[in-house]
Amino acid sequence: MSITVSNISKSYKNVKALQNISFEVKPGELFGLIGPDGAGKTTLFRVLTTLLVANEGSATVAGFDVVEEYKNIRNSVGYMPGKFSLYQDLTVEENLNFFATIFGTTIEENYDLIKDIYVQIEPFKDRRAGKLSGGMKQKLALCCALIHKPKVLFLDEPTTGVDPVSRKEFWEMLKRLQQKDITILVSTPYMDEAALCDRIALIQDGKILEIDTPKAIVKHYPKQIYNVRATNMYQLIYSLKKYEHNHSVYPFGEVVHYTDSRTDFNPKDLKLYLESNDLNNVEIEKTVATIEDTFMELAK
Amino acid sequence: MLPIIFVLPILQLVILSNAATFEVKNIKFGYIDNDHTSTSRALVEKFNASTYFDVLTDFPSEAFASSEMLKGKVDVVLEIPHYFERDLQKEKYNNLGVTINAIDGAAAGVENVYVNQIVQNFNQHLKVDLLQVSDKQIQPIYIETIPLFWYNETLNYKTFMVPGILVLLVTMITLFLSGMNIVREKEIGTLEQINVTPIKKSQFIIGKLFPFWVVGMALLTIGLILAKLIFDVPMLGSLVLLYAYTSIYILVILGMGLFISNFTDTQQQAMFIAWFFVVIFILMSGLFTPIESMPKWAQIVTEFNPIKYFVEVIRMVMLKGSGFMDILPLGLKTLAYAIVMNGLAVWSYKKTN
Repeated sequence: MSITVSNISKSYKNVKALQNISFEVKPGELFGLIGPDGAGKTTLFRVLTTLLVANEGSATVAGFDVVEEYKNIRNSVGYMPGKFSLYQDLTVEENLNFFATIFGTTIEENYDLIKDIYVQIEPFKDRRAGKLSGGMKQKLALCCALIHKPKVLFLDEPTTGVDPVSRKEFWEMLKRLQQKDITILVSTPYMDEAALCDRIALIQDGKILEIDTPKAIVKHYPKQIYNVRATNMYQLIYSLKKYEHNHSVYPFGEVVHYTDSRTDFNPKDLKLYLESNDLNNVEIEKTVATIEDTFMELAK
Repeated sequence: MLPIIFVLPILQLVILSNAATFEVKNIKFGYIDNDHTSTSRALVEKFNASTYFDVLTDFPSEAFASSEMLKGKVDVVLEIPHYFERDLQKEKYNNLGVTINAIDGAAAGVENVYVNQIVQNFNQHLKVDLLQVSDKQIQPIYIETIPLFWYNETLNYKTFMVPGILVLLVTMITLFLSGMNIVREKEIGTLEQINVTPIKKSQFIIGKLFPFWVVGMALLTIGLILAKLIFDVPMLGSLVLLYAYTSIYILVILGMGLFISNFTDTQQQAMFIAWFFVVIFILMSGLFTPIESMPKWAQIVTEFNPIKYFVEVIRMVMLKGSGFMDILPLGLKTLAYAIVMNGLAVWSYKKTN
């Protein structure tokens, strides 16, 4: 196992950041931690990267215990914190050189690993890191985290605040890295990115709600979801929430995801009800559950 | 940043060394002459001749003089009583009234000494004038003291202050820079990235502090050159000795800065704590006020003040030409301090929290 976490708990004063967390990540796996802000993702990362000691439980990374053998872990993991934390007043190349030197290696030695990513920022190699755009900063941070050929890569919300195109590119890079035998643990608040992981853990309030492959998690969704649409969105949600048989009502883009509490639900009843509430152009159609729906259901 | 580090201290050195002096000059002097005789006028003339006093006016009454002092227009008022000359000749004894504005106690003390000196001087001349031939036999033997001011013959305040202020600058800059530095990394978040790397505590700390050590030594060099060029402060002792001592001293300050850094989360907090210590250290260093005149407990506290040692050493080496053996006790104390401070700093710096 690349990462094993068993019964980890951590609390700050009166906030329980992590409660009895356990999971395992297989070698070469792209594992996603999916949860909203404040769910405890960063705390878990800090425990696994040996920056924080948990109150209870134990964990190993790349076969090393996070408390006993923290020095070995620091040599064999790459960590990219959520906040950009390279030296802003050093240039791209200087930053990369600096981190290579700290890890006792050189850029040339592991160049093949970062080549795909580095070529994209190479035109700006003499620019100070602080002056790079958000997407460029992420690429540089990833290069710096990879420069010593880590066995496990920790990425804490790498795509937060990055534009959609860069986000997509970033995930493609992760997929390629995975093929080079690097285990990747990535956290993200974006549910759409979850589908790109091999396995995901849904986490909220310091507890893991469910761990499985994205497809399996979606299959676990117990109900049939309906897309409901009408001209007046606000009125639509309001009416649906008032509807006595509703199980869940969530806005989802330009439609509303609706589930009914009855087993013999007939959409026509709902349509009649909505139209009697002065809603026009009501459309109701079946749809498949997404990870977001599953998360909302589990987090209920 | 680099120009700021070097230009500001140099300005401070030049400005402070010229301004920080205990000489009291241009004292606003007024008098009330109730006697109006040649003797009283001669006394006033003595004050007039002194470069320290600006003789303002002859006040008509004591009430007027005190109201002027209340307004701050006069610092010292001399009152010459009625029949000053007559009584002096008849009784060979008389009193003068001196009123001094003592809001600034130190200045008032100095002013009092000046007034006394002038009056005494006047007294001596007067004695000679008043003596009658028959008194000659009973004239007491007069004892005179002629002081020699060693190590600073002309009592030049700049010679005394410049080395001290130089100490102050080297200390402040290195303490603030080192105190601010690691906290800054905490604030920006780079420390988190560094902490997950296999870099050793000692490597990181040396890497962080060495540049400031160099800055401190460079500041000392520039300061010494200026002290020679602008203020003509003598350099009697060995420069090598001074540099050797400074190199240990800066380690104390850097350790202190790092220690502060480790216990604070923002640059603001670090700045506050650094200032707290710097102010105490400066005021209790013997730079402005002699340590000997402090209360006993304060003297004990100054034992923990690194600035005190450096001020002492730099004055000893530059003005007195002290050698290695003379400053050895101070040097050893500083070295012990450096070891303790840096030990604490390395111990309290944790890569995990």
